[in-house]
Amino acid sequence: MTAKNKHVRRCWLLCAWVVGACILASSSAAAKLKVVTTTADFAAIAREIGGDRIDVTSLAKPTEDSHFVDAKPSLILKLNRADVLIEGGAELEIGWLPPLMDAARNSKILRGAPGNVMASEGIEMLDVPAVLDRSMGGVHAVGNPHFMTDPVNARILAERLARSFGELDSKSSDYYQANLRQFSSRLAEKLTEWQKRLTPYKGSRIVAYHDSWPYFARRFGLRIDLFLEPKPGIPPTPPHLAHIIKTMQEEKLKLIFVEPYLNWRTAETVARQTGAKAMLVTQFPGGVKSTEGGYVALIDYLVESVAKGLEGT
Amino acid sequence: MTNGFQKSVSGDEFSGKGNDGSSCVHGRIQFCALQTLAKRRIVAVKRGLCTLVGFGVLMVTSSTLGQSPDAAALQSLKQELETLRQRTAELERKLEELSAASTSAPPASVAVPAAPEKPAPSEALAAAWTPTQPISIARSGQDYLNLSFKMLSTAGWSTSTDDPPELELGHHDPQGRGFTIQSAELALDGAVDPYFRGFGNINLSLDPDGETHVGLGEVYLLTTALPGNLQVKGGQFLAEFGRQNTQHAYQWDFVDQPIVLNRLLGPHSLRNPGARLSWLVPTPFFTELMLGVFNGQGNSAFSYRASSLNATHGRTSLDRGLRDPGDLLYVPRLCSSFDLTENQTLVVGTSAALGPNNSGEDARSQVYGFDLFWKWKPSTAEHGFPFVSWQTEALFRRYEAGADSDRGLPTETLRDWGFYSQVLWGFKRRWVAGLRGEWADGNTGAYDSDDRFRGERLRIAPNLTFYPTGFSKVRLQYNYDDGERFDIEHSVWLQFEFLLGTHGAHKF
Repeated sequence: MTAKNKHVRRCWLLCAWVVGACILASSSAAAKLKVVTTTADFAAIAREIGGDRIDVTSLAKPTEDSHFVDAKPSLILKLNRADVLIEGGAELEIGWLPPLMDAARNSKILRGAPGNVMASEGIEMLDVPAVLDRSMGGVHAVGNPHFMTDPVNARILAERLARSFGELDSKSSDYYQANLRQFSSRLAEKLTEWQKRLTPYKGSRIVAYHDSWPYFARRFGLRIDLFLEPKPGIPPTPPHLAHIIKTMQEEKLKLIFVEPYLNWRTAETVARQTGAKAMLVTQFPGGVKSTEGGYVALIDYLVESVAKGLEGT
Repeated sequence: MTNGFQKSVSGDEFSGKGNDGSSCVHGRIQFCALQTLAKRRIVAVKRGLCTLVGFGVLMVTSSTLGQSPDAAALQSLKQELETLRQRTAELERKLEELSAASTSAPPASVAVPAAPEKPAPSEALAAAWTPTQPISIARSGQDYLNLSFKMLSTAGWSTSTDDPPELELGHHDPQGRGFTIQSAELALDGAVDPYFRGFGNINLSLDPDGETHVGLGEVYLLTTALPGNLQVKGGQFLAEFGRQNTQHAYQWDFVDQPIVLNRLLGPHSLRNPGARLSWLVPTPFFTELMLGVFNGQGNSAFSYRASSLNATHGRTSLDRGLRDPGDLLYVPRLCSSFDLTENQTLVVGTSAALGPNNSGEDARSQVYGFDLFWKWKPSTAEHGFPFVSWQTEALFRRYEAGADSDRGLPTETLRDWGFYSQVLWGFKRRWVAGLRGEWADGNTGAYDSDDRFRGERLRIAPNLTFYPTGFSKVRLQYNYDDGERFDIEHSVWLQFEFLLGTHGAHKF
């Protein structure tokens, strides 16, 4: 055999190896539905419905502010390879998702495609501004996008996911429906339990750093309408904090909600001056310790912390 | 006040209690009679809604059974569904209005208590529209396009009169002492159809004599559904060379454009009519391979077939046409990105721009560039702060200058090079401190004594930027300039930006 022949044969072998690897890669990709979500709460619901038949990745980390995610190129790659994208819509990801989608060139997950799930669809949005005026701060034109803190909305999304996953992977359609039934009944059971746990605190007023809790408040009969931020997205100012401290003292308010990505020190200062407690809360499973277990674990944590925080008031 | 009819329905499914019962149980008997009246009307609307949805479902299923699920049929189905969905939403809204108007009782549900009184801002948000309020024409998600208007201006002083400009060569750089409107720009973008996205921006600029000029900045479409990880961009756009060339002035981290970019890619940046093909390489990490092809003509193709004396380094421009495809401007780029840790990302790229220039019949230019961007941001960052980023670009140009006997300029090869390196530190929410160092130089040329675009230059610029929100910024910058063609010069600039309309997303 001549050297040239040997070279040609080596080339063929290499080609065959590459083609083989590609086929293998694509076949293994077809086995599981690749689901990409913008935030970890959607990922948790997807896991409940998809179980071990889907691969779930969240673009934003659970501790991260979902409005301020960096549009890193590695996220383009994740979107490029996704079969399903679950996004919040309602301007939640407006600051970072559009350029990623432009670069991802994946028509399966574009708006209107079967692989695109807009979680805010079918949700009754709260705080929809009648007039758009940015002098009021960072308000969202289509309403407050933090709707997943209401378990009813989680169930609406779960139903939507079972339908979407079933359409895209019809072999497992029954499996997804079964998971949905299981998740729904568990959620219904838990909701009664959560509501019972919070019944003694109905109407209690809680302070929050940022206005991201209207859905939670409404579901559990709380009043979360006093914020450290003078306007949404505007950092606390001394005169505004003085006003908040006065109100808190007058009404003997006991709790301040703070997300992991907000300024803990400001909240601590206010808490110290008013005898209240700054409470680390999150909307995303994994955002705070002991919420890693999923959506139910997250609401468990929130409900339990609120109940403990309000005890004796 | 928010009205949760839909919500209360779903809530009741959970709690297993009737709508009517629950509201009465909670001591709102006085409202019950009123509510019953309202509910009758609601039920009527609801029934209509159900019929509509049922009809839609019937249509969808029947057409699915009857037809092969080809793409066109699917598409029309999707559209139908969308229309139905919109009508349903409209009906739901009407339903809500109706129930809101007819009853002053809070949402009737065990799970949903009376919504508490809200403080002033929220109250304003939820208030109904009255004829005295302005009508918004642009509302996110409810229009076919995103619309925004941006304005960037500076006020400042320099030890140099900078007339003609020596220190600030860029079109959007501050134009000497006093006030400058650096850029006023109207930007539009949106989905054209399921296959394309469209972008456009119209620039308004004010020259030192107060004349307004209207210019077409970028206008291009981008494919969204090409197979094989390919993407085509077509129209007039900023060439994907390095990092900063694709940025508009309001996206810059400093008041002015780096010297080496002004010199080698031009005062207007490298921007031309053309097309670009991009391939997302199937590597485990992000890699993008691009090839742009442009006319390479005009003053926004500075090192190529541009006609100004600055561009041709003193030669009379030949205004060469396109004789063969080799006369087009080719801009290849390879770019990769790695997440070094969970909180650190690195992007490296290398670019080239190859094409003919107007200084001689067969004269050509080659510009090569290397760029690097690194950023650290913790995973609990507050509104994107704190962060540290480092950006560097280094460029080299080989410019074959033709002979111009009238002006006494020989055939020669000009070599220019330079780099800039900048560190940004977002040390506190809303605050960014920056430091940029840059240097540029080249070999000796025959026109150098009159050439403001050549010769050794060094510039150091610290700055401080305050972002009240994502829609405005105030920046203070000091420039220390040391150049072969002038003494040491000092400049101070105060920059202001505002944005109206849709907030464009931040690219990485």
